[in-house]
Amino acid sequence: MSIPFPSDAWIKAMMEDLNNSQAYLDAAKNWEGDFYFIIEPGGSLDHTVILYMDLWHGKCREALEITDPNSKSPAFRLSGPVTTWKKVMTKKLDPMQAMITGQLKLQGNMAMVMKNVRAAKELVESCTRIPTEFPV
Amino acid sequence: MWFFSSPHIVFGEGALSYLENLQGKLACIVSDSNVMRAGLVERVRSSLPAHIAVQVFTEVEPDPSLEVVRQGAAFLNQLQPDWIIAVGGGSVLDAAKGMWILYERPDVDPSAINPIETYGLRRKAHFIAIPTTAGTGSEMTWAIVLRDAAERRKLGLGNREAVPDWAILDPGMILELPPRLTVDTGLDALTHAIEGFTSTFHNDFTDGLCLHAVRLIFQYLPRCYRDGSDFEARQHMQNAAAIAGLGFGNSMAALAHGLGHSLGAVFHVPHGRAVALFLPYTIEYCAGSDPQTLRYVELAHMLGLAGETQNAAARSLVNAIRELEKSLGQPLNLQELGISRESLEQEMNLLVANALNDTQTIMSVRVPDEGDLQRLFWAAFEGKLVDF
Repeated sequence: MSIPFPSDAWIKAMMEDLNNSQAYLDAAKNWEGDFYFIIEPGGSLDHTVILYMDLWHGKCREALEITDPNSKSPAFRLSGPVTTWKKVMTKKLDPMQAMITGQLKLQGNMAMVMKNVRAAKELVESCTRIPTEFPV
Repeated sequence: MWFFSSPHIVFGEGALSYLENLQGKLACIVSDSNVMRAGLVERVRSSLPAHIAVQVFTEVEPDPSLEVVRQGAAFLNQLQPDWIIAVGGGSVLDAAKGMWILYERPDVDPSAINPIETYGLRRKAHFIAIPTTAGTGSEMTWAIVLRDAAERRKLGLGNREAVPDWAILDPGMILELPPRLTVDTGLDALTHAIEGFTSTFHNDFTDGLCLHAVRLIFQYLPRCYRDGSDFEARQHMQNAAAIAGLGFGNSMAALAHGLGHSLGAVFHVPHGRAVALFLPYTIEYCAGSDPQTLRYVELAHMLGLAGETQNAAARSLVNAIRELEKSLGQPLNLQELGISRESLEQEMNLLVANALNDTQTIMSVRVPDEGDLQRLFWAAFEGKLVDF
């Protein structure tokens, strides 16, 4: 059954997928830093949704939908319109190209990102494995 | 959406004389001690107009470290040049690009130079790249490879703003290149061209460049090796390296570079020698991964080689590359590089970790996991067929 994106149920499904992924564990051994995934409106999504993930050395320690943007101070923020998220999650847009061309905007410690690019790739791979119902 | 970036290019005999047209007050030449001793820095200096003052920084080392980039940036900050002129091989050009970014943006950590952020370069200086090898392609690209000495790792960095403003390709600057350096760097260009044609970011704008560069390199690199004074061959190889740079710089390199960066940082193997050694093994590894694409078939046919399927074409291409490398006296496996089984075993975890998170590894059409990376290193050590 498909899980609506973006939602608390969806990010928790991704947490479960990541924690079962040997590839992610191998790639993200050195990763330290939590994330806000910020999904901006489009289609039937009429408001911005923030999904939170606490990623630590190849595991996801916590994942939830955030209602108050100030409730956490994540190390990284990745934001973009839901239409772009869908393109990336359905493999119609390469995530690196999405970020380099500014279609997705990443903020945070870029030295950590440049040393752990494979971890980022495996993170996106995880997204693509979740059976997802998109609002667009 | 994607981009195609290129510097203005001045090429051919006498190209260095273009520097006479430069306007400005102060140029800093960034180079290394070998290029300085060869008299090439002086050639550039004497080509500049009299009204431009010149300062020289020649501290760049092979496989430049983050530290030397910081040192060079401090030098630039002290002098405040309006031109930065990088004269050298890939190490010099990459280091100079890093220095340029830090000069313009002293707040940037060099290990964090990335293609995502906007740096606002060119507020203080413009950048000219003058290669003294025919291989790196760095004069054409936004790529910057720097070594993190503490982590014994090369970092694949870069930013589109770091494409040089001008690339000056004067064949007179490479005529004295020794044979081994000619081959190491020439095969680096071949690896750029083949990986640029087969990486996941390949596109219509880069395909033709990569294919033509492959053709030129197969034709002219052996001539440069046999007779370094063969001006025509040198000129074509210089162009081929730059064309390959334009190709892969806009489509990315791939797995041979991921493995080569890792090996080079740990065993201090020259960059071109390392990536070219891995190239045949990575072609074998990638060939069967996507039967829908015919990239190796196109490459093989362009070279007049047999092969109607990806696997058959990849075999032909691998044989042709190995024959070329053998004829140029290059090592074909890690043992021939002087790496022992014991040292490879000892360093395997670091080699795999570095290659796994290399920015070029993830551009491969087939991205290896830890197990496959270990098998690839061992295949390259034994000189065995990659059939997994």
